Amino acid sequence: MLELFHKLGLPVDASSHGGSMDQLMIYVHWFMLILFVGWGLFFVYTLIRFRSSRVKKVDPDGIRSHAPTYLEVAVVVVEVLLLIGFSIPIWASRVEDFPKPAEGEPVTQIHVVAQQFVWNIHYPGPDSIFGRLNGELIDSETNPIGLDSEDPAAADDIWVVNDLRVPVDIPVLVTLTSLDVIHCFSLPTMRIKQDVIPGMEIPVWFLPVRESGDEKWQVACAQLCGVGHYRMAGRFNVVKEAEFEAWYEERLAEMAANADDDW
Amino acid sequence: MSDHDSHKLSFVQRYIFSQDHKVIGIQYAITALCFMFLGLVLMMLMRWQLAYPGADDPSIPIFGKLLKNALPGGKLTPELYNSLGAMHGTIMVFLGVVPLAVGAFGNYLVPLQVGAGDMAFPKLNMSSYWAFFIGGVVMLSSFLMPGGAANSGWTSYPPMADIAQGGLSAQFSTRLLSGQSFWLIGMVFLISSSLLGSINTIVTIIQLRVKGLTFMRLPFMVWAQLVTAFLLLLAFPPLEAAGLMQLADRLVGSNFFLPAGLVVTGEAVGRVGGGSPLLWQHLFWFLAHPEVYVLILPAMGIVAEIIANNTRKPLRGYKSMVYSILFLGFMSFIVWAHHMFLTDMGTVISAFFQTTTMIISIPSVVVITAMVLSLWGGSIRFTTPMLFALAFLPMFGIGGLTGLPLGLAATDVHLHDTYYVIGHFHYVVAPGTILALFGGIYYWFPKATGRKMSDVLGRIHFWPTLICLNVIFFPMFIQGMAGVSRRLFDGGATYTHAQPVMWTNKVMMMGAWTLALVQIPFIFNFFWSIRHGRKVGPNPWEATTLEWAAPSPPIPHGNFETPPVVYRDAYAYSQPGCAKDYLPQNEPEVG
Repeated sequence: MLELFHKLGLPVDASSHGGSMDQLMIYVHWFMLILFVGWGLFFVYTLIRFRSSRVKKVDPDGIRSHAPTYLEVAVVVVEVLLLIGFSIPIWASRVEDFPKPAEGEPVTQIHVVAQQFVWNIHYPGPDSIFGRLNGELIDSETNPIGLDSEDPAAADDIWVVNDLRVPVDIPVLVTLTSLDVIHCFSLPTMRIKQDVIPGMEIPVWFLPVRESGDEKWQVACAQLCGVGHYRMAGRFNVVKEAEFEAWYEERLAEMAANADDDW
Repeated sequence: MSDHDSHKLSFVQRYIFSQDHKVIGIQYAITALCFMFLGLVLMMLMRWQLAYPGADDPSIPIFGKLLKNALPGGKLTPELYNSLGAMHGTIMVFLGVVPLAVGAFGNYLVPLQVGAGDMAFPKLNMSSYWAFFIGGVVMLSSFLMPGGAANSGWTSYPPMADIAQGGLSAQFSTRLLSGQSFWLIGMVFLISSSLLGSINTIVTIIQLRVKGLTFMRLPFMVWAQLVTAFLLLLAFPPLEAAGLMQLADRLVGSNFFLPAGLVVTGEAVGRVGGGSPLLWQHLFWFLAHPEVYVLILPAMGIVAEIIANNTRKPLRGYKSMVYSILFLGFMSFIVWAHHMFLTDMGTVISAFFQTTTMIISIPSVVVITAMVLSLWGGSIRFTTPMLFALAFLPMFGIGGLTGLPLGLAATDVHLHDTYYVIGHFHYVVAPGTILALFGGIYYWFPKATGRKMSDVLGRIHFWPTLICLNVIFFPMFIQGMAGVSRRLFDGGATYTHAQPVMWTNKVMMMGAWTLALVQIPFIFNFFWSIRHGRKVGPNPWEATTLEWAAPSPPIPHGNFETPPVVYRDAYAYSQPGCAKDYLPQNEPEVG
């Protein structure tokens, strides 16, 4: 059924956890299909067999069999299995097993600052410490996230707009915040979707297991956020670690040059 | 009030400010049907936009020219698209389906089916309709506000809804005279209307049942309306409070839903904040999930009545159906946060809401199974109402089943806020509830008018409507699987993952426009049959419940010539030892 779903448009999955979600998607849809088809066949057969032109005498008691009760119990059992066997554990691993940069694990840390209608992406750089953000310093052209250059931790930070890049095979830990309204951070190819709610810092993580290559992956906004909601799309590239580092250096140099210009 | 008195009533008292539950029911029905058609028209405009999002694509036919001023170049703007989206949802739910299912069918049928002369509180009943009417006028007038009608979705999530359309303006008049503020004011009227109506229904059912009509002899429709009324009574007040809180945020500068430090388009908002956007979502969904059952229970009630009558046999498992909807009503209050899995929810809370969501699917399965099994052993008459009632079953089935992958948090991640969700709840409400409501109109039309609607036109209405609804809503599951988000002005043109399924937008557009076209036979049939339909007696379907014991139409202010007495269960069809195949509830024991 996975092939069918892909034919119908299900995006490729390039994350470590997406496979289990797709698997559950398949089980649930098989379950739905079997119920609907079985139930539909019974329905159509009943309509034909008991049409008034054919029935001489109505049986007011109707069905006496206990089969329907067994079927209802079977539905309950399957639902319990889907819930306890799959959904709850998958969810638990999403919201509890975060990568732990503090314990020295290699982790790509990212802070996404959503605003109408762009994704600002803030990287902490080699020191793994995000520079201080100050709302008063926000300038939509030169400093959309309000990065405070006085903070030493900010020296190796970069920010980019609508251009999310991560190295392949390293867990990514994203912290989501919003400047204005509720957005929803969605990476269809990573099976990631998380509301971004102003006033809250929400973490989300994934492990990209292959590069995006020529495929045009995107970060999408999935929550109505205003008039430009439909175009709140950013590029999303998964690249080799070396390629990522080269891009990072380039952007760092570009930001330094811009800062000098301002000076 | 006796029949004699009613002759002295002026036209205005009789037809406009009427206190007769039947007139009020019909007022609700006609107003709601008009709103539903408006909701459909808004959707036609949106569907055209989604099918033709490009600047060079063809402009909207007919409406593009008719509404030249509102539609520059005959096309929608993103602002207007968002307004139409918010208003389509609001109109369909709060001004269309609920008023028709509860206001119209509940009002018209509950007193008749319990054998009462009227609702317990006729004046309250009248005020309920007029509060609804004012709410509707306020909602409609919001289209004329600067910036247009509310555009923050029918869910109205803050902070967006707080700040949209001049919510942060220094001018009080700008903040007040805006689509969003009018939406909130309109909602307060609509909610108040529902509260007045629900109290009336509850008291009528509990207090005004005629002699012999015990609870377990009530028609299933009355049970459905009773549970619905309790849901409205208990679930709406939180949203009414939330609506007033959002209005306060907009009008008097409170911060219920605004956190500190917001920066909008590069400017600091400058409010102290401290509020929580999530509070709104909890209050909203605490109403809006029970609201789903407000939309579906009356439809189940209608379908149960029609099926019993057209199979000529009692409902199978009437008691289990009653217990199921009581349980369902209770459970519907503890599933709301399954709409909020992506708002940073931990394992325990998400497990709780996933579990309650799976549990609530059980009573629905029981009710639907009981209705399908009721067909077995019957003698099925394919009357026009029966066609609609039968179609409800598989359509609601699709709607219910597709709720499963959304109710499991792990699959919800990919499907959340995609067209899969839109497909799911539309299958429940449109091919589900709305088909049942149509069936109810065909079924009880003879009671209200003394005439039947045309069966030929009924069939011309039924089949294309059923096909169009599926053409519109089934592709939504495919789009959702592809991850296409809802509420996109360009139908997904911005996104690469949407490209493989963009063609379905044209299919859905054609479905929507054809759907409007095939409602013409219904509209014609409805008005033509009032005067020219085939005349029928008080009980044309040979039914058993009490409304058929009253004349058609029932006597103004009183319904029955003499108050009926009930001798048996609601569905005594094809009873052994009985000459005819139905025994009305009010007919004394024979032999």
